[in-house]
Amino acid sequence: MSAQPGQLPPFVNYGVMPLLNLVVAFLISGIVVWFIGESPAEALRTLLEGAVGTGEGIGFTLFYATNFIFTGLSVAVAIHCGLFNIGSEGQAYIGGLGAALVALTLGDVMPWYVTAPFAVVGAALFGALWALLPAYLQATRGSHIVITTIMFNFIAAALMVYLLVNVLRVPTAMAPETRIFAEGGQLPKLGWLLALFGLKIGAAPFNVSFLIALAMCVVVWALIWRTRIGYEIRTTGINPTAATYAGINYTRMVVIAMLLSGGLAGMMALNPVMGASARLQVEFVGGAGFVGIAVALMGRNHPVGIVLAAILFGVLYQGGNELSFWIPTISRDMIVVIQGLVILFAGALEYMFRPALARLFSRTPRSGEPAVAKA
Amino acid sequence: MSQSTPAIELIGIDKRFGAVHANRNINLTVAKGSIHGIIGENGAGKSTLMSILYGFYHADAGEIRVDGKTVTIKDSQAAIGVGIGMVHQHFMLVENFTVLENVVLGAEGGLLLAKGVSRVRSALKQLSEDYQLEVDPDAVIEELPVGLQQRVEILKAMVRGAEILILDEPTGVLTPAEADHLFKVLRVLRDQGKTIILITHKLREIMAITDTVSVMRRGEMVATRKTAETTVEELAELMVGRRVLLHVQKGAAHPGAVALSVKNLTVKDSRGVTMVDNVSFDVRAGEIVGIAGVAGNGQSELLEAIAGIRKPVSGTITINGQEVSTRTDPGLLRDLGLAHIPEDRHHMGLVLKFEEYENSILGYHKDDKYLSGPFLDLDAIQEDAKAKIEKYDIRPPNCRLKTANFSGGNQQKIVVAREIERDPKVLIIGQPTRGVDIGAIEFIHRRIVEMRDAGKAILLVSVELDEIRSLSDRILVMFAGHVVGEKTPDTGEQTLGLMMAGIAA
Repeated sequence: MSAQPGQLPPFVNYGVMPLLNLVVAFLISGIVVWFIGESPAEALRTLLEGAVGTGEGIGFTLFYATNFIFTGLSVAVAIHCGLFNIGSEGQAYIGGLGAALVALTLGDVMPWYVTAPFAVVGAALFGALWALLPAYLQATRGSHIVITTIMFNFIAAALMVYLLVNVLRVPTAMAPETRIFAEGGQLPKLGWLLALFGLKIGAAPFNVSFLIALAMCVVVWALIWRTRIGYEIRTTGINPTAATYAGINYTRMVVIAMLLSGGLAGMMALNPVMGASARLQVEFVGGAGFVGIAVALMGRNHPVGIVLAAILFGVLYQGGNELSFWIPTISRDMIVVIQGLVILFAGALEYMFRPALARLFSRTPRSGEPAVAKA
Repeated sequence: MSQSTPAIELIGIDKRFGAVHANRNINLTVAKGSIHGIIGENGAGKSTLMSILYGFYHADAGEIRVDGKTVTIKDSQAAIGVGIGMVHQHFMLVENFTVLENVVLGAEGGLLLAKGVSRVRSALKQLSEDYQLEVDPDAVIEELPVGLQQRVEILKAMVRGAEILILDEPTGVLTPAEADHLFKVLRVLRDQGKTIILITHKLREIMAITDTVSVMRRGEMVATRKTAETTVEELAELMVGRRVLLHVQKGAAHPGAVALSVKNLTVKDSRGVTMVDNVSFDVRAGEIVGIAGVAGNGQSELLEAIAGIRKPVSGTITINGQEVSTRTDPGLLRDLGLAHIPEDRHHMGLVLKFEEYENSILGYHKDDKYLSGPFLDLDAIQEDAKAKIEKYDIRPPNCRLKTANFSGGNQQKIVVAREIERDPKVLIIGQPTRGVDIGAIEFIHRRIVEMRDAGKAILLVSVELDEIRSLSDRILVMFAGHVVGEKTPDTGEQTLGLMMAGIAA
């Protein structure tokens, strides 16, 4: 039995602790870099400069961050209902199909701002449907959602390859991808937004999806903390027994939360598919679904935290790309190690420094009292 | 510096958990060969103090002396090393091990079991002769009654050479007869020179068995008295810090029409074991029907079935003339005028991570007055929560505080306020005052009687026989899933106790 954790002031809980975890992750990464004979300071400089040093770098960072906001929200909504959705990856992949179908049809005849709302709905709908069966099995049969969603990731991958190779591929092309979407099936870049800050977007695929992601943050916040459904989801997630007592239907809540979670994951596809490559390709999700788990964890399942964590991971992604380009001894795998360390310290070892901080902050107010001599 | 060295001396013990000052400069002297009671309301710091003595927590400051020698108790092994044994409120036994195996556990004394087992077997034999602590060493724990399981806990401590025994709320799970037997054993132990510290919130037990009693309030040791020289009233006042009414004041009941009717109800638990077996009874408007029984005899399942949480196997439940037995929908039942104060507020009645106002609508969150469209009407909810906080004197009066940060009594008031203020026709209540301090008990009891006088039908389940007897207008006794009899509240404790043990019907 260990001592009760004391109450930490919010600025410690949400500010000092994540920052401390991040610093430690970077320190250890620095040691790893030093071991392979490179300068940690130089590596850090390259990483930051690549990620936030230029308008183009920032554009790429925010492009990656957009993916992570969607998947982070997806994981967070499920966690609020007590569900660990590992399937955002597959749901995003299938969501891409929904977005692509709208872009390939409506996009040919309509301007982007007409296509976009339908694409959002299409992506969300496909992602949500991919989450429906695991949700239903969890709620009614007790099949563990972690297992079923992992399996659905594999099914999604296989299904998409089949569709892209056999159904959606341009007959004369070699690559397993759809044709390029018409102008109306593409989401415009946000060069103007960066220009407001005097930055040039360059080749960065930073696009309207980012604004949709921010809008979803507001929607998720309102839904979880301001609506009846959100209240019921949170009750179910924190205390299922109390939820039953309150007459909240468990099956219904699990299905609703997973549909929302899958829908948010599905929307992530808008960013790479309609915003960047303008076509549906294999493996466009590229692990963003799994990064979403770390983002939700680090962001404390709150939209504000998720945006911040998503930007951090965006920096790591973009900066990491630059790092492996400019310092070839730091290979792509090394970057993955560094990202892994951040996830380890910010996620899994999140509370490592908590007892020490709790002691530190509980001690401060008692300095005025007379200490009783310890024999 | 009296005639003999005290068994335990605590000097200036101080302990904080963050902002909570759990123990403030505690001084306590426990005489050797005595039974020393420690009473106090929930959160007064009794458990923290004993946990420090037993090595679970470390004091921020202060000194512990055992037999006059200063000791450092860094963990429970060290506590056993200086002769302190503890019997926890919740037993720490391996259910499918035998008594002998449980006692050996942790005291094997080497790689091979045989030697330790035979040593413990002879030790158990010796102890049963010396202290009348008979128990079959080869019986499997889960097949023993609770009273005997507790005895195994005591034996575990004794085999390890405990001279000082700490018992934390030992009678909570016992029938009155079992409790009496425990007290007999404790007296024998004391007469043989052992020292016993008894933690409880039951004043009656303190008066019945202790030699000395210390009272704690809000982390401080406020008084120590010779039990023979004090009264229940004085102790209650010391605990609460003001005068309290220990007996429920109520007039005669005026029962009206049947409001809740249960017929041939059979309920199984999640393992498929029949917990409620063909039970029938009625509760009329304007009366309190109490269900007495030792915990685990089907009362919980009965309440859950009536509340629509657990689906009955067979039988009917009728609320205000409407049959609801096949409907497991607590929301629908609430609409029919049923309110439910659940037995376990932590797991069922409250979401501890929620802010107070969020819990004040749990179960009623679909009410129109709390909603505007799909959104929660936070202003209305918080106004409502504030009104309840004021009316029920919930402290601290802050509806934005996390529920876990309220004391047990105030948490229970949150539940009681929520359920009673909806003005239900039928109120079912489980353990209304479990883990609740005396001041709040008085308040909650008064509210329950007021509800009765307002013509509500009330079904009350409690393992506190005193509570059942003082509140109920009729008492049903449950044993092994059956209602074994109906008695009036003036029935003697002895009679009810025997019925609860399944001896006389």
